[in-house]
Amino acid sequence: MNTPAIETFNLTRKFDDIVAVDNINIQVNNGELFGLLGPNGAGKTTLINMLSTMITPSNGSAKVWGADITKQPSEVRKNIGMVFQGTTLDDRLTGKENLDLHGRLYGLPKQLRKQRIADVLELVELNDKADVIVKTYSGGMMRRLEIARGLMHHPKVLFLDEPTLGLDPQTRNHIWDYIRQLNKEKNVTILLTTHYMEEADHLCNRIAIIDFGQVKALDTPENLKNALGGDVIILTVETGELALRLFDLYNKNGSAGSVQQKDSSIFITIKDGAGQIPHVLKIASDAGINVLSVDLHRPTLDDVFLSYTGRAIREEGTSSVDRITYNLQARRR
Amino acid sequence: MANHASVFSENIVIALNTVYTMWLREMLRFKRSKSRIIGSLATPLFFLVILGTAFNSSFQMRSGGQTDIGFLAPGIIGMAILFSSLMGGVSIIWDREFGFLKEILIAPVPRFFVALGRALGGVTTAMIQGTLIMLVAFAIGVEYQSCLGMAASVGVMLLIGLGFIGLGIALASYVESHEGFQMIMTFITMPVLLLSGAFFRISDLPSWLKTLVYLDPLTYGIMALRYTLMGETEIPIHICIAVLFLFAAATIGLGGYMFQKAKV
Repeated sequence: MNTPAIETFNLTRKFDDIVAVDNINIQVNNGELFGLLGPNGAGKTTLINMLSTMITPSNGSAKVWGADITKQPSEVRKNIGMVFQGTTLDDRLTGKENLDLHGRLYGLPKQLRKQRIADVLELVELNDKADVIVKTYSGGMMRRLEIARGLMHHPKVLFLDEPTLGLDPQTRNHIWDYIRQLNKEKNVTILLTTHYMEEADHLCNRIAIIDFGQVKALDTPENLKNALGGDVIILTVETGELALRLFDLYNKNGSAGSVQQKDSSIFITIKDGAGQIPHVLKIASDAGINVLSVDLHRPTLDDVFLSYTGRAIREEGTSSVDRITYNLQARRR
Repeated sequence: MANHASVFSENIVIALNTVYTMWLREMLRFKRSKSRIIGSLATPLFFLVILGTAFNSSFQMRSGGQTDIGFLAPGIIGMAILFSSLMGGVSIIWDREFGFLKEILIAPVPRFFVALGRALGGVTTAMIQGTLIMLVAFAIGVEYQSCLGMAASVGVMLLIGLGFIGLGIALASYVESHEGFQMIMTFITMPVLLLSGAFFRISDLPSWLKTLVYLDPLTYGIMALRYTLMGETEIPIHICIAVLFLFAAATIGLGGYMFQKAKV
């Protein structure tokens, strides 16, 4: 199938006066692992709920696996799996019973149902808990069971709404592995929402950064990071005066990149920061300036995210330096 | 072009499968909640034993009719069916609260049949409870007219149950919070129960109250139960069955319709 797995056309959803999703146009390719990254309340869940036919758009339209979400909702439902943000299990039933009911609702015949239940339970390593009442499961186990259930009917497109929200790091890593495995081995197209940067960074082929219901940026994590202009070398010396001198020297030497000075540090934004460190250190030692510390900061999705959505840095033209100092301050807080 | 006949039969298979799946879920839940079953039997049995004994010793109807434990038993069975089936319908509110509703709503199945399957599951539960009460009452000395009548009363329980579970589903689809739940239980259960003739004979009532009693669908259920179990009724049985049937059809239709419109 060459048509995109998911395609939206000016998709919009309003709740009273609030525009939760504002004219979104995205395409998710067949077999892609696509991330919607945005702060809470950005409209990610609303978007995913529209695509999964749980709510109807106010305007615009979308196609999921070739079917229109408003005109052919049952066609859409046949082809998708959904893991909602909160738990949607029947906690008075066992894990296996939950899966069995799901298989029945999706019309799987008995033998196939048995087979799939065994398959997905193994995938999420819940075999030994299969006959235990879900109420006694831990949060991570419930999450895994939900993912297992979402896969049982072999959906073409899987929606994951904050799949690892509130889970401990170990379980999170586990779930990331499943998601990757599914995407690679079973070739399931996956659309996930998250507000964890590292989740989007580690997992997704492409990311759409969403804020106030709009797509602020859309690209691979690599490209998004590279677009920020490269690495930042942070050199700290004894005094602000020395830093200023180093700043001048660096500029006079006609070195590459851009440099800024702040207090007793200078910040050099440059491609291939690691390779530039010896050059900077040589300038310092030639001038007899004692360097206290050198730090290399590679841009992360955090920086990308802040540059597109951050309060202090909403407008373009902010430098990496501002972002880093912003980050550092944020961390100290 | 698709073959219309095969599409049609395929849809029937999906519909039946959906109904069965939802019914099965109710049964699995029922199986798991033994303590709840016993608890739900306790209230009607207290009513039966305590009120029945009290009626025996202290009431004499103006019309001269006897109200004893035998008179009360069909009323108590009707009460249990009312509670159980309304609860069964209203439990959609809990599904919404605990999220399972989303799992159902996103499945590629017609929602009307989801509602119907649920209704049948809830009614089965109610019928089991009603039958248990019938048998316990028999064990403590209530004399039914015949075994056939007892069997027929299970059919009446089905009709009563369907009517009120449909009502419950309609309300639960409309009321979106569980705060509304208490209100429903108070403002529907009690008037419906007290006006139903479960505890008194209709012929003794003043006419204003009689009118209200005739407006209460449960009245016809209790009368039908009293007819099948005890062989007496104050409303002709065919009218009772007709009213129950229409009530069930109307509320199931309404419940199915409302459930289709239900939001997550």
